[in-house]
Amino acid sequence: MFPFVLRRLGLMLLTAFVLTFAVFCLTNLQPNLEKLARSEGSVRMSDDAIASWIVNNGHGGSMLNRYGEWLGVVPGWVRTDDKGVTRGRCIADGSDPAQAATYCGILQGNWGFSTFAKVPVTTVLGRSLGHTGWLMLAVMLVMVPTSLFLGVLSGMREGSRTDRVLSTLAIVTTATPEYVSGVIFVALLASATVGVSPHLNEWGWISDKTLFQGTATSAMDDITWRNFTLPVMTIALYGIGYIARMTRASMTEVMTQQYIRTARLKGVSFRQVVMKHALRNALIAPFTVIMLQFPWLLNGVVIVETLFNYKGFGWTLVQAAGNNDINLLLACSVVAVFVVLVTQLISDVGYVFLNPRIRLA
Amino acid sequence: MSDKITDWDPSTPILQIENLSISFFTRMREIPAVMDFSCTVRAGEAMGLVGESGCGKSTVALAVMRDLGKNGRITGGRILFKSRDLTTMSDEELRHIRGSEIAMIYQEPMASLNPAMKIGAQLAEVPMIHEGMAKADAWALARQIVADVRLPDPDRIINSYPHQLSGGQQQRIVIAMALMSKPALLILDEPTTALDVTVEAGIVDLVKDLGEKYGTSMLFISHNLGLVMDVCDRICVMYSGEAVETGNVTEVFDEMRHPYTQALFRSIPLPGADKNSRPLISIPGNFPLPHERPPGCNFGPRCDYFEKGRCDAADVAMDEVPGGDRHGTRCLKWREIDWTAPPAARVAKEKTPIGKVVLKMDDLKKYYSVSSGAFGGGNKKVVKANETLSFEAHEGETLAIVGESGCGKSTFAKVLMGLETATSGSIMLFDENVQSTPIQKRNTDTVSRVQMVFQNPFDTLNPSMNVGRQIIRALEIFKYGNSDQERHNRMLELLDLVKLPRAFADRMPRQLSGGQKQRVGIARAFAGGAKVVVADEPVSALDVSVQAAVTDLLMDIQRENKTTLLFISHDLSIVRYLSDRVLVMYLGHVVETGTTDQVFAPPYHPYTEALLSAVPIADTHVTRQRIVLEGDIPSALNPPPGCPFQTRCRWKSQVPDGLCDREMPPMRDVGGGHQIKCHLSAEILARMEPVIKVAAE
Repeated sequence: MFPFVLRRLGLMLLTAFVLTFAVFCLTNLQPNLEKLARSEGSVRMSDDAIASWIVNNGHGGSMLNRYGEWLGVVPGWVRTDDKGVTRGRCIADGSDPAQAATYCGILQGNWGFSTFAKVPVTTVLGRSLGHTGWLMLAVMLVMVPTSLFLGVLSGMREGSRTDRVLSTLAIVTTATPEYVSGVIFVALLASATVGVSPHLNEWGWISDKTLFQGTATSAMDDITWRNFTLPVMTIALYGIGYIARMTRASMTEVMTQQYIRTARLKGVSFRQVVMKHALRNALIAPFTVIMLQFPWLLNGVVIVETLFNYKGFGWTLVQAAGNNDINLLLACSVVAVFVVLVTQLISDVGYVFLNPRIRLA
Repeated sequence: MSDKITDWDPSTPILQIENLSISFFTRMREIPAVMDFSCTVRAGEAMGLVGESGCGKSTVALAVMRDLGKNGRITGGRILFKSRDLTTMSDEELRHIRGSEIAMIYQEPMASLNPAMKIGAQLAEVPMIHEGMAKADAWALARQIVADVRLPDPDRIINSYPHQLSGGQQQRIVIAMALMSKPALLILDEPTTALDVTVEAGIVDLVKDLGEKYGTSMLFISHNLGLVMDVCDRICVMYSGEAVETGNVTEVFDEMRHPYTQALFRSIPLPGADKNSRPLISIPGNFPLPHERPPGCNFGPRCDYFEKGRCDAADVAMDEVPGGDRHGTRCLKWREIDWTAPPAARVAKEKTPIGKVVLKMDDLKKYYSVSSGAFGGGNKKVVKANETLSFEAHEGETLAIVGESGCGKSTFAKVLMGLETATSGSIMLFDENVQSTPIQKRNTDTVSRVQMVFQNPFDTLNPSMNVGRQIIRALEIFKYGNSDQERHNRMLELLDLVKLPRAFADRMPRQLSGGQKQRVGIARAFAGGAKVVVADEPVSALDVSVQAAVTDLLMDIQRENKTTLLFISHDLSIVRYLSDRVLVMYLGHVVETGTTDQVFAPPYHPYTEALLSAVPIADTHVTRQRIVLEGDIPSALNPPPGCPFQTRCRWKSQVPDGLCDREMPPMRDVGGGHQIKCHLSAEILARMEPVIKVAAE
């Protein structure tokens, strides 16, 4: 098992390396740098001024060299301008240039400074990942049990009425993207003028104007039922349909296996056949799918966090991309690679525990 | 609390099926699967249900279990179990009977055990459900029953998962599971079909002993007549959804009173049959599809005694044979037929002259290296699939390669075909060294001269290409002919060769029966005028009545083309029937080789001896010496030191100094080119008795 995990970690590093290089190249294209210069310096800079701004702020030179600086394997740039002020990658504002380190890339733990948030990248990322973490946790807690339950329920008697109703529901939810379901939820449950809230308010069932809040901004400080339900529901709904369908497919297949017939003809009751014989075998396949949902959640949160104005990872990613915040974007991609590969690792290791036929080397 | 039915008079039959009819309902139509089926199983009796695939024997078994699925329904008749009608029972009542009173053993042991549950848990479940036994007691019982089915180290076994056991061990577990609550009736649905013969022999012995020990009645379903004779007291022959003949096993075997039973016996290779002087007689025509059954007698169109206007007039009822032991036949003419008459003149065929050497293998070795981890890595191990394989095959000769699964016979075929390359040694094919030439690099000529007929005709034809096109494709690859027209004509000739109507060229594989598909496979193999044909179990997936026709076809083509046939098989009856020389393999080694007569008569290699004794023979005049091999075939990953067979050999004690444990025996000539790889001394070999004795008629 250990060499396997080690190999996976190596693969993870390699992937992160390749991906960040690609992102680095794209964000450091000349037009992007010019745009950055305009937003950081002045919108009315002349072309010459832009060119010198780019060089003076360490964006000149070869791409590889700059990537090396970001990584921390090439000495950070140091430049002394006309006024005799020495600035550099590793020199914090106002500190003594003589005491600054030579190398300051991510290998030294320096993730750089976010040009958009005006604070170090680690601060921004830490905060937003924290927010997203809570969101993901809530989504998983809702999504996984619900979808497995629905999947098993519809899969244990293929073609029955329950199966057809649940399957149709699953298709509908999977076919509805978050930006559609999110908007419908807001209109239906979180509006003071339309949907159910005005009626509930009128009947005196709720004291607030709306049943749920249409924005999750307040959830960043204090998660409540009112402000967190809608974003969680919006993300979970899509996943529920998807995982339920996977579970159903796996369950129907297992239910036709010969060992299920053996169990039935042993006199095991239907309930026990499902619980003791079918369930574990049926969960092997959806387990991988559930683990694949984690990286996908990163994707889903981009829309939902923007929609509900919740400043998590997805929201940060959108802002970083919109403002060509090079350091922040690179950090986001490292996080993404990490999440994808770690969940895959968990998925492979967990598979071994579910399926006794597989043993890790 | 126990679920057993107690108010039952033991003098009445355990199971009584009366005029049972079962249909499957599809969107299109109702398909009758079983019609007017009756049979009786008394306490302690073993009833054999035989017939070809599709005759409805498994459907009857599932009907007794009332597990016909969503589409199946019992449309008439009664199934009385201990005088209670199963057909009217509720699900809850059935649940108490299943597993506790009636237990079932299935064809594929691996598929019928839950892969994610420990053996012990699966076994202990039965008494926990039916007798409300405590978990610890149930596990203790499971351990005891596992020991009862003669599995070594029961403590380890009950804590393992099914995939950690071999096929034979798994089947013993399924049997143990069926015995957990001492059922009154055991239904065995082809319990040994997926197993090797030596393992099968062990299972059959076990089932018989347990039947006697617990007094369990059995319903034994099989297509193998020999096996039924070994296990059962009574037999019921089924054809196309109906029971055609039923009675005492000896009576039905010796004095059959139904033309189908007779035809069935004439189509199986019994000792005495010979491909040249006494060829098998195949049943003409095909098995009718359930919705295309003929009027009147179902067997009518294929029957030698068919009388128009009488046999096809009305449904035939079961008729009691007077003086028999509850012997019945569903034939109108059974009183008129002369049952002692010998079969209509068999056309004796000329023996093919054996020509020059076309294939010579010398000291061939094929090793595989495998890694032991699920994700690669781990220790590299070497599997010795073939070890020092040397032999010659002549033109027009049939060389049989016999052995159980894992003995390396398929690897050998792959190396010869060029699908794998040899590790060392040489293969001379028509004066050409091919041992290290993979098939991609062989020239068209070599490829078309060495062809293969595969085991499973259902998987080897492209389902989306019609038959003619598949054969033409082979001709194109072999660069036969100059124009499409020429190839088309050749394709039609090939269809003639394999005795298929030319109209079949436009058919799709799914429209063909198993035997017809295999004929297409043979036509494809001979498309390029193959000189050496490797037939890898060509008939083992086919029904008995079709087997004879396909083997005959192979023999005929061989006679015409002087083909060298390498016949790979585990079925010794068919090998004895058609081969000239035999090569017996065990764990990658050739342990015995010689002409068919030499190999089938003493002196034997101990493995050949056991193999011969394990094959059930459907002939009451044959007495067999029972030699049941202990244990399983060792893994090729970890072969025993010394002689490969020493772990299961019953003669091992006759060899002094533990030579078998240490040294690989040399190949010894025991006279006339008959070679045996064994340490046994010449005197002991000479003392060996024949395993099969045919009593004078």
